Amino acid sequence: MRLPPFQTLLDAHGRDVHRFLVALVGSVDADDAYQETWLAALRGYPELRQAANLKGWLFTIAHRKAIDHARARGRRATPVAEPADLPQAPVADAPVAGGDDLWAAVAALPDKQRTAVALRFIADSAYAEIAVAMETSEEAARRNVHEGLKRLRKEAVR
Amino acid sequence: MTPIDHTNSHHDDDLEAVAQALRDALSVPGTPPPIADAAAAAGLLDVAYATTDSPVGRLLLATTPVGLARLAYLEGDGEDAVLADMAARLSPRVLSAPARLDGPRRELDEYFEGRRRRFDVALDLRLMTDFTRRVLAATAAIPYGSLSSYRDVATAAGSPRGSRAAGNALGSNPLPIVLPCHRVVHSDGGLGGYTGGLDRKRTLLAIERSAPGEP
Repeated sequence: MRLPPFQTLLDAHGRDVHRFLVALVGSVDADDAYQETWLAALRGYPELRQAANLKGWLFTIAHRKAIDHARARGRRATPVAEPADLPQAPVADAPVAGGDDLWAAVAALPDKQRTAVALRFIADSAYAEIAVAMETSEEAARRNVHEGLKRLRKEAVR
Repeated sequence: MTPIDHTNSHHDDDLEAVAQALRDALSVPGTPPPIADAAAAAGLLDVAYATTDSPVGRLLLATTPVGLARLAYLEGDGEDAVLADMAARLSPRVLSAPARLDGPRRELDEYFEGRRRRFDVALDLRLMTDFTRRVLAATAAIPYGSLSSYRDVATAAGSPRGSRAAGNALGSNPLPIVLPCHRVVHSDGGLGGYTGGLDRKRTLLAIERSAPGEP
C-alpha cells in the first residue's frame, strides 16, 4: 500500500478538521480534540489498506474524538446523568466576530444536524463523505444537512 | 442530488442563502495547534523534515529517531518526490518539524561558512544499499579539502574493478555533503559527476579549498 506522506493530509485537511471540532466541541476543547484526532490518525495510518477516502477516514476519527470530548464535558457538568449524545457546544466560545449568531445557532442544532452541517460547510464534504464520517447512510447524511439548514433558516428569520 | 423537500422552490433558495452564510462564517481561518511535538512524544513521528536555503540552493533535511536519513537538493517540485520516496521506504508517518532539524541545519551553516570540517550528527543509513554504504564509508574517510578517485573509493569499498559501480553508488548518496561524495573525482583530474550537478560540486570543493586552516 503506497500511502502519501502524512504531512500532505495535515496540509490538506488540518484547518478543516480544526474548524469542524470548534463547531462541535467549542474552541476551548477544540485544540485538545484536534491533537487527539491527529495522533489517532498517525497511529493507525501505516496499517491503512486503501488510500481512496482519506478525508472521510480523518473526519470519522475527528467525529469520534468530538463525541469523547462532549461526553467528558457532559460528565464534568452533570455527573449524575450520562448524556445520550453530544451536548450543545458552548455558545460563548463562538470564535468568529460577526458570525457569532450563526455559530451560536449551529452550536444549538441537534447533534446529528450540527455534525452534518459542519461536515458539509466547514469541511466541504460530499454527502458520501459525511456518511462515512458519521457512520451512517448517504440518505441520512443528506437529511441531516437539510433539516439543519431549515432550522438555521428559521433562526435567521426569527 | 435534489433536496428532500422541494415542494416550494423559494424555500430552497432560502436554504442556499443560509448555506452561503454558513460557508462565509465558518470558513474564517482558524489556527490549529502544531502536532509534531506531541507526535514525537507519543513515538509516532517516524520521519521529521525541514527545508532550508543554502549557498548550493534549497535543501530538504529529514531525520528519524535514529538520525539524519536524507539530505536532498530541491529543484522545482522535487520536494513531493523526496517525501513520497521516504514515505514508501522509511514510513508514511512523515511530518514537517523544522525544530527537530535545528542541529543538522546549524552544522550545515557552519560548514558553508568554512567553520566546520566534519559533521557530528547521528546518521540513519537505511536509505542505502549495502554496497552504497561501503562506498560512502570510504568517502567519509577522505579528509576535508582533499580529493580521492573513483578507483580508490571502489578499492576501499572492496571492489577494486568497480569504479563505475562506485560512481553509481555515489550518485545515489542520500546524504550528500554530510557523506562527502563531492570529494571523489576522476584520477585524470576530471571532475566526474555529482548527484546535485557539477556546479554544486565545484561550490563545495571551493568552500573547502578556501576555508581557513585547522583551528
